[in-house]
Formats: sequence, structure tokens, C-alpha cells
Amino acid sequence: MSMPYAKLPAWADYGLIPVINLAVAFVVAGFVVLLVGENPFRAAAVLVEGAFGRGQGIAFTLFYATTFIFSGLSVAVAAHCGLFNIGGEGQGYIAGLGIGIVCLAFDSVLPWWLTFPLAIIAAAAMGALWALIPAYLQAKRGSHIVITTIMFNFIAASVMVYALVGFLKPPGSMAPQTRTFLEGAQLPKLNWVIELFGAKIRSAPFNISFLLALAMAFLVWVLIWRTRLGYEMRTYGHSSKAARYAGISETRIIIIAMMISGALAGMMALNPTMGDQHNVALEFVSGAGFVGIAVALMGRLHPVGIVLAAILFGMLYQGGAELAFEMPAISRDMIVIIQGLVILFAGALEHMFRPYVQALFASLSPRSVGIEAIKGKGA
Amino acid sequence: MAQAAIELIGINKSFGAVRANRDINLEIVRGTIHGIVGENGAGKSTLMSILYGFYQADSGEIRVGGQPASIKSPNDAIALGIGMVHQHFMLVDNFTVLENVILGAESDALLKKSIAKARSELERLEREYGLEVDPDAIIEELPVGLQQRVEILKALYRGAEILILDEPTGVLTPAEADHLFRILRQLKEQGKTIVLITHKLREIMAITDTVSVMRQGTMVATRETTKTTVGELAELMVGRRVLLRVEKGEAEAGGVKLAVKNLTVKDSRGVTMVDDVSFDVRAGEIVGIAGVAGNGQSEMLEAISGIRRAVSGSVMLDGKPIDLTGAADPGELRDRGLAHVPEDRHHVGLVLAFEENENSILGYHDDPRYLKGPFLDIDAIRDDARDKITKYDIRPADCRLKTANFSGGNQQKIVLAREMEQDPGVLIVGQPTRGVDVGAIEFIHKRLIAMRDQGKAVLVVSVELDEIRSLSDRILVMFAGRIVGERGPEATEGELGLLMAGVEHREAAE
Repeated sequence: MSMPYAKLPAWADYGLIPVINLAVAFVVAGFVVLLVGENPFRAAAVLVEGAFGRGQGIAFTLFYATTFIFSGLSVAVAAHCGLFNIGGEGQGYIAGLGIGIVCLAFDSVLPWWLTFPLAIIAAAAMGALWALIPAYLQAKRGSHIVITTIMFNFIAASVMVYALVGFLKPPGSMAPQTRTFLEGAQLPKLNWVIELFGAKIRSAPFNISFLLALAMAFLVWVLIWRTRLGYEMRTYGHSSKAARYAGISETRIIIIAMMISGALAGMMALNPTMGDQHNVALEFVSGAGFVGIAVALMGRLHPVGIVLAAILFGMLYQGGAELAFEMPAISRDMIVIIQGLVILFAGALEHMFRPYVQALFASLSPRSVGIEAIKGKGA
Repeated sequence: MAQAAIELIGINKSFGAVRANRDINLEIVRGTIHGIVGENGAGKSTLMSILYGFYQADSGEIRVGGQPASIKSPNDAIALGIGMVHQHFMLVDNFTVLENVILGAESDALLKKSIAKARSELERLEREYGLEVDPDAIIEELPVGLQQRVEILKALYRGAEILILDEPTGVLTPAEADHLFRILRQLKEQGKTIVLITHKLREIMAITDTVSVMRQGTMVATRETTKTTVGELAELMVGRRVLLRVEKGEAEAGGVKLAVKNLTVKDSRGVTMVDDVSFDVRAGEIVGIAGVAGNGQSEMLEAISGIRRAVSGSVMLDGKPIDLTGAADPGELRDRGLAHVPEDRHHVGLVLAFEENENSILGYHDDPRYLKGPFLDIDAIRDDARDKITKYDIRPADCRLKTANFSGGNQQKIVLAREMEQDPGVLIVGQPTRGVDVGAIEFIHKRLIAMRDQGKAVLVVSVELDEIRSLSDRILVMFAGRIVGERGPEATEGELGLLMAGVEHREAAE
């Protein structure tokens, strides 16, 4: 039975509903803040002020957003092919191995603009390779991709400990991380762009990989909606039977989609390593791969939505850090609760308010609303 | 004294600007079989959904057994003794029959006790109404005809006194349909009330006591079945006169276009579904495969089109053999001029979430006409889709509309347009008019005959015997995975029916 709700205009579907969901998340978060005895309005002000108030905050917000764009795109590409890639965390982490090797080898001999493309290739290749094995197991053996990619997160974590301790860290060092990259492997900052608008930035890691992220968002859009490969991926994602009927090879499409997804996840490692810390350290991904799932869901699997959702999560990260600093009663864990609420309402409960909004629209202006065909199932 | 089991008084229901039901008044007499007919979108499913508690009416009153009733959910409906058998079955595919029957009506906290209790009850129901189903069979392994019996059993198990059947014979063969009708008559004799939603006028005439006709959300007429005719009902439904039987000239069959050789297909459990089948289809003829659903027709179609791997066998396409046992690829067969309209357009023939134009290239998305290098040529695809929309009168004429929003008949036209416009040498069609309204059936049949007259080889598999008889130049009957007979189009229904039932009948052949 098809749901008889009126279809919403695009602006309401992609604009109004996320805003309502977000507003509800903040109202509930406000109650939580109230519960610990702080003023929710002031907390909200601190959060927004911290994320967007000053140039410094904006730069940090966009720095966090950069990583989330990559991981969100990674999840979205796999999802369009009907695959739930939970392995972005591991694929991004293992990409650090490729980046580390490239940077350590070339940072003294090449300028950054030559090291960067090599590192992009290495990161993408490592991420893709790490996704290839679960993809192969899914395509050939039917091992569920959710299970295998989760397991591969753990394997990646162990491999990285082994690599960092075993051969990536400088001899004699006690810290499980590479030496600091030389200038040949440090990405130029983009802070000056924000400064053009008159803001002041002391130091922030907002760097050129943000542009790479935007370029990837565009390329993902082209891939999904404008190429034959994307068409095949979407067909398989919606109906594996229809894909079989259309002569699309299941094995091939699963493997390709997962490798692209893994490559995108791998690229998220560029931002924290070459862009910020200038080394590859233990656990540098720190959960960004999982945030990508929420970002992709909230962005409705569309690159534009993903960029916006990534900026929102960047704001929560940056503003949240400020909030924890400004209001001692609100600990770091409270910030995680607030982020969790946003994920809950914007991601998991995405459709909670949709029927009401649709009913409202239908009663307000029946003419402007397209109606789903009332399909008599009979006749 | 005739007593109303259900009275609907002034029912209105709108979805946004669409008024699906307007001022519907309907009285269904207890212990009768009441038919409701109407085209797609006439509002019959909406009306029944209101009665079954899926939707609430905007205004109006429902009375069950003379008492005003408030039906807010299917649970309320079940409590009032209303049961529903949906066209699209509401069964859990990987549960057994028994598990499905008790689902939501478990009598005990422990499953084991519920099942034991249900088993004896089920056996009683099966005996009483001739509804034999193996209670331990897994649903997805049952043919649709049996799955439907499970749906009926489910309703009876819940104590239904009033049974609503939505397009119950859409997936059944004459034999299965006859069996269903026997069951329905038996139910009626025991005092149950049956509401039958259908678009098959022949069935209405055969089994109902009263018939109501809906058109565009209104109830246009209620007749006693004995006092009306098929012609009158069709006219009431469509609002104009309709052609009930296709007109076609003699076939001019040419050389063999499609030769199926020694095809054997097994299902996932290793049961032989198609058993060493060979036949030819010539250019310029329509060969119809008749048979009761579940006798291997679906598997045969899937094997011939390369979707399902065969155990043995090959097809000869235009004189070139293609082995079907290896990794037969639907794409390769398509390249060799074999177009396939699959039985299941919702999951196989179309991607319902796609825009119409995206579906109009499904399977032909490798064709350079639709591509610029690795990129889709969006303009070419949409222009092409618009052409087909005009040519096949697909409505609404919007190639950007989501495919799920088209009616069944128009969805089928999208598939047909795609496959026919590729100018294939061979066209194989599964259930060409399943779930398609009267007006579209006429159109589809004419198109198939036009293909034949262009010298194409057309293979039609249908469980609608009427359709097979009016379309085919030769009829092959399938039973238990084998072709048990070949007849001309003049074969009588009884003769074909016997073959379909697996009865070797000499007189029939003579």
C-alpha cells in the first residue's frame, strides 16, 4: 500500500524538514543543558559564537567539516549501491599508512604540490584496498558487508599500531607516531580566505584539502547521476533483481562501488595528517569515519546535503569544544550527548515530522502539492 | 430477511486535492458475495482500506452488523470480524505457513504452544474449506496460488466473518481461480460475507450475487449480477464502449527465430522446475504458453532471458546458439535481439524509485545512443523517453516523474515501450496485462499483435487463459515443468483446462 501523503515541494523536502529536525534536536538538548543547571540559551549562544563568531572558530569548523565531507561521501557512494559501508573509520585509518610512507619518502625532495597528489593516490589506494576485501567477500561469498567492514576497522587499528611502532616512528622515539613532516608534505592553509572577509585568525589548521573535499563532492554528484557506472550502482542499490535483468554484474558493481567508497574514506586521512598535525599518529581518525554515517544520512545521500551536514557537524565539534571550555558544568561528554541528539533527530528519526508537514502542506495549498498517484492496487 | 453485514454511508476521502472516494453509499448483504469493479484509481482499494482501517474516512459512517463502528486500525477491523486478503500478499517470506498464520495472533507467550494449537485449528480449516497447504512449507518456496490460500487461512484463523479479497485471481490460473471460487461458495454457504474487488468481469458474472461499479471515486451503479451483462459493466466502468476481444488477421509465420532446446531448470532447492523443454517460435507468430502458475513458466522465462542459470539447454537466436548453462548474461541475449518484458515489473522490469526516463533505458544503458563516453547523455535519454511516452500514450506524460507514481497499466507500458522500441527480433513477455486496467489491456494486446505483424517472434506467458486464447497463433500448455500439448487458438477452454491440469485426455485432442 503506497503511503497517500502529499509530495512536498523540493525546498520543503530538503530545507524545511532538516531545519525542523535540527530545531527539535536543539530543544531537547536545551532541556539536557537545563538539567545540569546551565542556561540553554546562553549555551546555544556560546556554541554558535564558538563555531561562527570569530574567524578562528570558522576556520576550525571548516577544518572539521573537511574530514566529514570525505567520510560522508564515502558512506553515500556505497549507500547508493545498496551497501552500508561502516568501515570508513578503518579505511581512513589505514590510508594513514600510505600517506605516512609517501610523506616520509618525499617530503625532503619534493614540494608540497607534488607530494600532495602522490599522497592523495596513496591514501585513496589504501582505502580502496581496505574496502576491496570486504567487497570481494560480499560479492563472492555473501559475507555481510556491515559485519566485515566493522571487523576490518579493528584489523586496521591493529595494523596501524604495528606499523607505527614497527617502522613508521623514528628509531629511538617513544611516541607511536611518525616524525614531523617537512615542508614538502605540509598542506598550505586556507585561513587567508577567511581573513579576506576581515576576520582575524591566530592559527587554525583549515587547509587546502577542503578544496579537494568540495571537488570530490562535485565528482561524486557527477558519478552518481551522470555516469553509466553511477546508473548501474543506483539500479543495483534499488533492486538487485532489476540489475540482474539489466545485465549488470553483481560482483563487479559491488567491488567497484566499495572501492570508490573506500578511496573517499581514505582521502579523509589527508586533512588531519598533512593538513594539521604534520605527522601520522595513533588514532588520528578519532571517529570521523562514523560521523560520516550521520553526515550522509542527514545530507540525504546528496553531495550538497553532505557538505552542509558536514559543516553542521564541524560546528558542533568546534562550538562544542568552546562550550566545554566556557561552561565547566557542560563537560566534553555533554557535547557528545548534544551531537548524539542531532544524529538521532536528523538522521535516525528523519521521517518523524514528515507526515505532519505533508498534512499541513496538503491542507494549505493543495494545488501546489504534487500528489502521489492513488494507485488502486486492483484493476 | 436479508440483513446488511456492512453499510457504508456517505463516505468521503481525499488525498490532498484528489478525491479518492466521494459520497460512497454501499450496502453489503450478509451471506452474499458482493463484487466491486472499477478501473485503476477508481477508488475501490481506498474504500476497502477505509473499511479495513488503513485509512480513516474524512466523513461518513460505517455500520457493521447494523451497529455504527469506528475502525481506526486493522486490529479494530479484525475484532469486528472483517478479514482482508491483499493483492500483494502480506506474508513473511522466510517463515513457514504456520508461523505466518499465527503471526500477530499467537495464543500463548511460548511459540511452541501457539504453534501446536494453531496446527490443529489449521488442519480443521484446511479440511473444511478444501484449502490444502503444507503447514511447514516456507512461504517463498510456495507458488503464488498457495501463498494466497495462506492469506485466506490467516483471515479465517482470526475469525473473519466478512472477507475482503482484493484482486484475488490476478495471480491465479483458471483452475486455481475455480478452486478459489469453490472455496468462496463454501464460505458463503456457511454464512460468511465476501467482498470481491476485481476488474475481471467474467469472474463477477460467475460468482457474485451483487455487483457495484466504481468510477473516478464515485459509486456509479449497483446491480444484481443476474440482471446485468459484461458489456453493461464494462461500459459503466470505463464510461465508454470497450472492445473486449482483440481483432487480428491470420499469422504469416516465417522461419524459426527463437529455438529453445532441451531446457532444464532447477530452483534453489534443487527441484526440477523445467524439465527438458524444447520448442520453436517463428517470425510473425505469437506463441502463448498456458499453464497453472507455478508449473515452471516463470523459471523458463528467466532462463531463456539469461536471468536464471539453467542446468542444461540452449537457445538458438537467429540461428546462433547461446548456451544457457554457463554465465548466460541477459545483456548478451539482449544484444542478440531478445527483448524481455518480465512478469514482475515492480522488482525486475523497473526500478520504481527511478524517474521514468531512467527506466526507459534499463538494460539498454550500454547503448551508445544514450551515452557520451562514460557519461549518460541526459538530453538524448529524456528526448527518447518523451518519444516513447507519446507513442505509447503513457500518462501522465512526464518523463521526470518517479516511476512508482504511474499506475500499473502505465508502468507496464513503460516496460513495453522500452523493449519494443529496441526493434528486437524476438520478444518474450511474461503476464502482459497483470494488474493492468481494461483500457490499457486493449492497447497492449494491439501492440503485441502489431509486433507479430512486423514479422517478430513473440512468446507470451500468461496465466490468463482468455488472454492466451485471444492473442496466440499457437498455444503450448505447460504442466509440471513440461510442455504437455500444443493447440491452435480455436482450442476450447475446457480442452486447455484439462491439459493444464495434467490430465491426458484423448477425446480433447481429437
